[in-house]
Amino acid sequence: MSDLLDWVDSRTGYRALVRSALYERIPGGARWRYIWGSTLAFALFVQFVTGLALWAAYSANAQGAWESVYYIQNQMLGGWVLRGIHHYTAHVTTVLLALHLMQVIVDGAYRAPREVNFWFGLALLLLVLGMSLTGYLLPWDQKGYWATKVATGIAAMTPLAGPAIQQVLVGGAEYGHHTLTRFFALHAGVIPGLIVLLLVGHIYLFRRHGVTPKNPERPDGWFWPEQVLRDSVASLAVMATVLFLVFWTGGAELGAPADPTEPYSAARPEWYFMFLFQWLKYFPAAWEVVGAHLIPGAVLAVVALMPFIARWRLGHRFNVGFTLALVMGIAALTSIAYAEDATDEGFAVAQERADRDAERVRTLAASPDGIPVGGALALLRSDALTQGPRLFAANCSQCHRVDGHDGLGGIPEDPPAAADLAGFGSREWLSGLFDADRVGSDEYFGATAHARGRMVRFVQRGVPRFDDEQRQQLQKVLWAVSSQARLPRQAIADSVDAAAIAEGFELMQSEPIDCTRCHVFRGFTTEDPEDVAPDLTGWGSTEWIMGMIHDPADPSYYGDDNDEMPSFGVDEILTEEQRQLIAEWLRQEWYEG
Amino acid sequence: MTEVPTTSPDGRPRRSFLAALGAVAVGGLAAFAPVAAAVVSVFDPLRKRSADRDFVRVTRLSVLPADGRPRKFTITDDLVDGWTTYQDSPIGAVYLRREGDSVQALNVVCPHAGCFVNIAPSGEGFACPCHKSQFALDGSVSDPSSPAPRGLDSLNVEVRDDGGVYVRFQNFRTGQKDKTPLV
Repeated sequence: MSDLLDWVDSRTGYRALVRSALYERIPGGARWRYIWGSTLAFALFVQFVTGLALWAAYSANAQGAWESVYYIQNQMLGGWVLRGIHHYTAHVTTVLLALHLMQVIVDGAYRAPREVNFWFGLALLLLVLGMSLTGYLLPWDQKGYWATKVATGIAAMTPLAGPAIQQVLVGGAEYGHHTLTRFFALHAGVIPGLIVLLLVGHIYLFRRHGVTPKNPERPDGWFWPEQVLRDSVASLAVMATVLFLVFWTGGAELGAPADPTEPYSAARPEWYFMFLFQWLKYFPAAWEVVGAHLIPGAVLAVVALMPFIARWRLGHRFNVGFTLALVMGIAALTSIAYAEDATDEGFAVAQERADRDAERVRTLAASPDGIPVGGALALLRSDALTQGPRLFAANCSQCHRVDGHDGLGGIPEDPPAAADLAGFGSREWLSGLFDADRVGSDEYFGATAHARGRMVRFVQRGVPRFDDEQRQQLQKVLWAVSSQARLPRQAIADSVDAAAIAEGFELMQSEPIDCTRCHVFRGFTTEDPEDVAPDLTGWGSTEWIMGMIHDPADPSYYGDDNDEMPSFGVDEILTEEQRQLIAEWLRQEWYEG
Repeated sequence: MTEVPTTSPDGRPRRSFLAALGAVAVGGLAAFAPVAAAVVSVFDPLRKRSADRDFVRVTRLSVLPADGRPRKFTITDDLVDGWTTYQDSPIGAVYLRREGDSVQALNVVCPHAGCFVNIAPSGEGFACPCHKSQFALDGSVSDPSSPAPRGLDSLNVEVRDDGGVYVRFQNFRTGQKDKTPLV
């Protein structure tokens, strides 16, 4: 064995290398305060290892990025822990960087001859922030997508070359496949490569100059093993913190897939960029370049020049004061940003909606149909539970309500002007319609022109005079009409009551209920077919509701008697798919999970 | 050649030994979680299983030549690839060969190294374009110098009353004598 090692050493000289790496003299001995640089090296090691493993499962394209991260997070063994460690180590690294930099400044460790190494450190800081920025986009979820749009938008404000810089970063005029391929190349290739180069230089220069001793009168110590032991304990503490965050939060977040057509008011950068986010609020359009480029650039320049500033008599004090002011400014801006969000109701609503979408798309992706070729976004776009309330709120809630709200839970200022459609198609909804006390209320026809129509008159004057047998007949008719909706939630009741329903269909065409006196049913009416109430054939079914939304003024619906309802299909306000989503949502037809 | 220190340079070997042991142990512990998470995820594919498929309809018996000439057909079924689910998508191909009322189905994949086997130019067998294995029409190895360790893999076929030919599609491990389904 020792012969073999001798041979390897004679060919490589590894022993000298190991010796010079480990047996470094530390003036004043090993100390806890020297751990910061080593914890950062450890954090970068963790990011390389976890990053490579994530790389082995990640797909950088607009229809595969979110999906592959979803797969890592939910299907791969321990994938959520892997991604969680990568995510939270990035956070912890930012904190360690700030601490390391502050210590270097406070201790005056940037002074000659260490100026160049100070600049290496600053460059590393910027590169690591660049890693955070590029990594944020890669899951291609709403959060990362919109935050990165802002970031590249800021890049576009760079004087002169701004738009070109943005276009090169984004990989074209629009966000898409090439944005991901480029950000991934930056995140996993260019920036890590530069970090390794600079880190080698940083450590080489550090070794050349040694630590900046705090009290050199103590006896010298050695890097190995005294300082390494301390560094290891500190690294373990870093990893313990990261693991605590991973298990406490349940891993890194994955929002809903990026959707350029869906407003996302919950867009925020990661917490360590929140101060910049807040900072930019204070600059009106023409001054944006000052806030985004000139002032941050000037601050960086001051920090970079600190080694020279420190040559003046009060220079070092200025540097420490400047750093302190900077830290306090960043802390103040960060807390203002969070305080503003905490009191912003719109932000809370947006965040709730973002969480709901994220949760929903996970449920849909786990359904037996899985994720389609078009990507997970297609799941949300064709989901009645997600789109129904939004379409209803935007198009129907000026007049209609569901359970008194606009579909999304908001209460419009104006009172309802048409029926409440919660449970439309069901027996309960119809029983309410035939309730003399309710038919003329806002819940049904109260606020419409139909309040003075024959239907309301029949329910208010005719129905109360029904005897018990006629009431039972009415119930059968209601069940029969409702059964046509074929509501999934009513399927059992519909099949149990099949006999009563069959009877109900007969009763629809005879006194005293006689629907066909005004309505068409299965092609029959006693009235002039051109001037009748809505056709009851297939009432409440998806097709019936879609037809109503398409054109309520069609003779098979309200015809000339249509009150205020727009013809959403004829007038090209809603597409067929959108009408179907509203209909399915009203019918409570969606994948449950 | 550089001189190698044989004792710890500060002359306190015992304490140094404990510190070294501690440094290695604690450092190893710190690195354990990220390395373990990375290794586990990289070996995650070992947990994956090939889809266990049912019989799928491929064609009608009447379109198969009665003289036993093979014909190539594409198998269509749902396919889950990583995170994507393809509905009714081509998942593989088979040669179907009719003999009377029975049908033989052969997977097109060469059992040697996985190339797509062609019908031989003569029409009297199959030939692999990669390493020149030769197979008879029934799938058996016809040229003893072929590198293929076994004949083409036959698949379960049913001719049902509706006149349809149904195949239970499977892929098999290549490069070995035994026909082992991929699971």
